[in-house]
Amino acid sequence: MQFWIIQGLNSLSLGGLLFLLSSGFSLIFGLMRLANLTHGAFFMLGTYFGAISLRNYSGLNIWVAALGAGIAVAAIGGLFERLILTRLKTNPLGQVLVTLGMSFIISDACLMFWGGDSIPVPTPQSLQAPTRVFGFVFPTYRLVLVGCAIAAAIALYFLLERTRLGAMIRAGVDDRQMARAVGIPVSRLFTIVFCLGAGIAGAGGVLGGPILSAYPGLDGDMLPLALIVVILGGIGSLLGAFVGSFIIGFIYTFGSALFPELAYIILFLPMIFVIAFRPQGLFGRVGA
Amino acid sequence: MTISRRQFVSGVAGAGFASLAAPNLAFAQGAGPIRIGLLAAKTGPLASGGIDMELALTMFLKERDSTLAGRKVELISADTAGVPATARTKAQELVEKNNVHCIIGPLAAFEALAIADYLTEKEIPTLGVAAAEDMTQRHPSPWFARVSSTSSQCAYPLAEYSVKELKYKKIVTIGDDFAYGHEMCGGFQRVFEDNGGKIIQKIFTPLATPDYGSYVAQVKSADAIFLATAGSNGFRFLRQFIEYGLKDKMAVIGGMTALDESVLRNMGDEALGIVTTSWYSAELDNPANKIFAPAFRKQFKYDPGYYAASTYVSGEVLEAALKATKANVEDKKGLMTAIRGSTVNTVRGTIKFDEFGDAIGDVYIRKVTRSDGRLVNSVIKDYPNVSQFWTYDKAEFLKNPVYSRDFPPAKNLEP
Amino acid sequence: MKWIAAALLAVALVLLPFFAGDFYVNLASQMLIAAIFALSLNLLVGYGGMTSLGHASYLGVAAYMSALLTSRYGWGHGASAVFSILGTTAMAGFFGVIALRATGLGFLMITLALSQVLWGLAYRMSGVTNGDNGIGGLTRPMPFGISLDSAAAFYWFALIVASFSFLMMTVFAASSFGSSLKGVRDQPRRMAALGFNPWMIRWITFVYAGFWGGVSGLLYVYYNKYIHPTSLSTTSSAEALLGVIAGGSGTAAGPAVGAALVLLLKNYVSAYLDRWNMLLGAVFVFIVLVMPTGIVPGLTKLLQRRPR
Repeated sequence: MQFWIIQGLNSLSLGGLLFLLSSGFSLIFGLMRLANLTHGAFFMLGTYFGAISLRNYSGLNIWVAALGAGIAVAAIGGLFERLILTRLKTNPLGQVLVTLGMSFIISDACLMFWGGDSIPVPTPQSLQAPTRVFGFVFPTYRLVLVGCAIAAAIALYFLLERTRLGAMIRAGVDDRQMARAVGIPVSRLFTIVFCLGAGIAGAGGVLGGPILSAYPGLDGDMLPLALIVVILGGIGSLLGAFVGSFIIGFIYTFGSALFPELAYIILFLPMIFVIAFRPQGLFGRVGA
Repeated sequence: MTISRRQFVSGVAGAGFASLAAPNLAFAQGAGPIRIGLLAAKTGPLASGGIDMELALTMFLKERDSTLAGRKVELISADTAGVPATARTKAQELVEKNNVHCIIGPLAAFEALAIADYLTEKEIPTLGVAAAEDMTQRHPSPWFARVSSTSSQCAYPLAEYSVKELKYKKIVTIGDDFAYGHEMCGGFQRVFEDNGGKIIQKIFTPLATPDYGSYVAQVKSADAIFLATAGSNGFRFLRQFIEYGLKDKMAVIGGMTALDESVLRNMGDEALGIVTTSWYSAELDNPANKIFAPAFRKQFKYDPGYYAASTYVSGEVLEAALKATKANVEDKKGLMTAIRGSTVNTVRGTIKFDEFGDAIGDVYIRKVTRSDGRLVNSVIKDYPNVSQFWTYDKAEFLKNPVYSRDFPPAKNLEP
Repeated sequence: MKWIAAALLAVALVLLPFFAGDFYVNLASQMLIAAIFALSLNLLVGYGGMTSLGHASYLGVAAYMSALLTSRYGWGHGASAVFSILGTTAMAGFFGVIALRATGLGFLMITLALSQVLWGLAYRMSGVTNGDNGIGGLTRPMPFGISLDSAAAFYWFALIVASFSFLMMTVFAASSFGSSLKGVRDQPRRMAALGFNPWMIRWITFVYAGFWGGVSGLLYVYYNKYIHPTSLSTTSSAEALLGVIAGGSGTAAGPAVGAALVLLLKNYVSAYLDRWNMLLGAVFVFIVLVMPTGIVPGLTKLLQRRPR
């Protein structure tokens, strides 16, 4: 019983983490048809920003650090989009090269500035004591992280469904040509969405920090996870990213606990089936 | 760093010039510098250790004014990136382009194994750091000597200590799911169970495990958990272990890299009291280390650990061998014989080599304490002259297969 | 003029071992291997419009099969080479059936997933693959009794294989089949309407690319005499893909140039520059901005513009 409850909660917390990672990726892909392979590096950059700022300024709390890192990564992402990506709109292979190239630059810069050690992001003082759930002990921060993911999901939902900006984004996702024809400033919209996606990744990197820590290679560990979630959930679908995150959270957690010998492939086998039999993902409107 | 860069560039240039000028002439001794190649992963996930390896070796040579046994030394440092194929290319570069006389490193077993045949074929004296058991057991090379230890060499004393001094009866082991973790857990299990203890659970975590939560939640109740992790994995596992409130329920003990100084420098009070084992500690009280550790700390602002000490000890062993051969590095066989035959007082204590080229030296049981505001590995017990075969008979030992995920078989697992 | 340049290049390639040291000859051998690998990936990416992020599967599986057959089962090099290539090609046939259910990003992800599964198996099934320790102690074949152990001999061997591969893949792309492949890439519906079977055309290309990927894998394991799961990793696949795109996908020589560039930065420049990863990234960004279609098309355009 304890096993199922604790691992269930673990799955939820990993799912929350994955949503913070992948929602930005999904948003960017949905609107811009751009597989942003820099996304893992943006996430890692956020984690490093959080780890370093929390180490150097002891008065800072993690929420402020997450906001700051989110803004900083959004700014970097915005520059990247304006200066480089915008020239490659019709060149998908060029996009692959440039986004991977950018991720090489970012991860090597992290190594240069902050060395090869893993640097912890401290769990906030007030959340360090474990919580008792049904008589079992569970880390409080992980529960809060699930809350963060849900809050982010709701905020994104309102942004997309209830605001003018959201309406424009949805129009762009559905039909880019038509959106342009009715006077939506698609180019500016691209920049905004790219900043937003990168910013969520950056802030998510800080919030995931107490679980992951900042270390060289974090980008490479996270990027495939973002891709898997988005492919499973359906590209460009917020609901898909949300549900996909938690499904992957469950598969990963229970898979590695119940079938340790399959730990390396447990995430990829289901993905092969999904793509082979439902290429648009669970909630995708368009084919991948 | 600037100095290491300059030495490194001049080293490359010098080596290139020397190879152009007279590639195959046998130098009279004292003619031309000694060229030492360092293979270290300075980028990629292993970068932390690789960078320390380079810092310590550079420091070693600088302290001696880049002169060993009266002859100038050039260090050529190559980045293996932690990738076997790159390690091989870099080894070729050091040998074929830079004409190095000997090689120090690399760190990871798979890097060392990728180049082992090549270095043997080219007859390059190699002072290794990698811990792969069979490199000095079932597949030894006459051109290889290991100044550190095998994966399990330091785990044996800790296993005995756990039974006899700490009175642990049941232990859970958790290790990285690759040879280093398998071998260390296997060695620990063998001695622990031979002394009457029981390993009730063995967990191996994939190398790229971002979230250890699901593994922590599986840990069964026992007297202690043994960490056979490398790099940052132990550190990340331990943080989750504490978050789940398990550190209050069972003790944590660890292998030689689990709570290395390079890990401790990023930890807090949660590490206090953890007992680990290694052939080195920055706190070691011997004349060489009394100079080395404070000097390293002064220069780089943190304590040297496993990785830094490994290349520093390599330097010390090499210096002793060079003195014995009057710096005649052109006689590779003579140099290798001198390395293997040397008994050296190093920063890790006195070491010598067995007939397979593995170091026999003291292994220390250490406990994390706080000293001058920083976390240190205080030595609480010294096991003198530990061999890679522990107290087992060599011939019997080598008849067994190398330790793996399934060997020795786990007979005491709890459901 | 073009022919003279090509002839000079050919002579220079053949004579390389006479004026370069062992290290450079070995570096050139590695470039040749990487070039075959990149060219085979180019069949998919460049001519077929199928962006694969799992091409290392074929290199890795051929290398592992050869390593296991020769070292563990004592097969001769000839038989194990044939068997490894056949096995790899068969696997490509199977993977093609799965992967070609998707296009675009889905295809990329499914190839990535398939290669990750192989990587995971190589890592985890240590009883077979020796896991993370890799398989060492391998030998090089002795075609017609000639030892390939010297740098020069192996280089010439690799040069022969690479030239043949280059020829075969160029002929493939220039053939009528190659034209229909490009047609399927650009206008799949129209091609289907014209009576072509786009799926079959893609599948045959997929298998053919897997075959040559396997050939490069054989050379790879002969060269390194060691094989490790990293050879199957996404990083290996990504590196090849980046080489193809940087050099110029869909051109005959571009992928070879791109692969050589990546290899040079990784294995040569890294000796002089600690931050070679950053340089690699910057070079990619630079190439895309200056020559959006890759080095070879970019330079060709530049050269053509000058005389006029």
